[in-house]
Amino acid sequence: MKARVFITLKDGVLDPQGKAIGHALNNLGFGGVGEVRQGKVIDLEIHERDQGKARATVNDMCEKLLANAVIEKYEIEFRP
Amino acid sequence: MKSAVVVFPASNCDRDAAMALEHITGEKPAMVWHGDSELPDVDLVVLPGGFAYGDYLRCGAMAAQSAIMRDVKARADRGLPVLGICNGFQVLTEAGLLPGALMRNADLKFVCRPVALEVNETQSAFTRKYDKGQRVTFPVAHGDGNYFADHDTLDRLEGEGRVVFRYAQSDNPNGSARDIAGILSEKRNVLGLMPHPERACDPLLCGTDGRVLFESLLESLS
Repeated sequence: MKARVFITLKDGVLDPQGKAIGHALNNLGFGGVGEVRQGKVIDLEIHERDQGKARATVNDMCEKLLANAVIEKYEIEFRP
Repeated sequence: MKSAVVVFPASNCDRDAAMALEHITGEKPAMVWHGDSELPDVDLVVLPGGFAYGDYLRCGAMAAQSAIMRDVKARADRGLPVLGICNGFQVLTEAGLLPGALMRNADLKFVCRPVALEVNETQSAFTRKYDKGQRVTFPVAHGDGNYFADHDTLDRLEGEGRVVFRYAQSDNPNGSARDIAGILSEKRNVLGLMPHPERACDPLLCGTDGRVLFESLLESLS
């Protein structure tokens, strides 16, 4: 089973990289760009058929390593 | 005073730390590879600066999971003094030995220069020989030194006298919350700081203000 983990900064945590991307988009002439937040995507292959179990495992991975709960939040998505 | 310096893949201040420790304590520190599972019998452990594991995922995230860190955590819990400098500070926050996180510098630039600091707290084994409020200069060299913690944690750190070093007000190089440059753990035996005291131990290189930190440890731990 394939899992995709989206890791982004928590609301309220400053994201200077997102801000710089926003400025660059404005400089390129893209008007009407509001706040920009950036993050990362991690694709994982999980050798597990049961989605519930796979979710619990990936959740544990996020808590222990993939995300830093002090500053980041995460979402998990599954594909067949 | 016996000490150890942990060497991670891509540590690059491990030898600077070893030189400072050897010159000031008179004893060569043990250099301990991150894959080892046990520290030797020492009075102090130093997690040095560098870019452990290439800063993959987040600075210090991989190093915090390395085999040696289990023993560092266990001994820190029992009161062993641990000093984390720069990348070492990042490893300590990722390992949960210190609160908060170190984020990308607010202006997104790597900063490498001497900075002015204030010694905010002298009630610690690391800073007892400084004067409270003393202005010192240590070099910084980091891209991710922007200390972040929620307001309650920041208030608690300040209330408990755990903010040991602050950037002098006009000289915050990374946007860190409340100008924080270095903090202590709750038991006051773990210190993490972004500036490099070990690189300020020789008059030829950025002055000698850092020597006092190692002299404080020598006095406290001998």
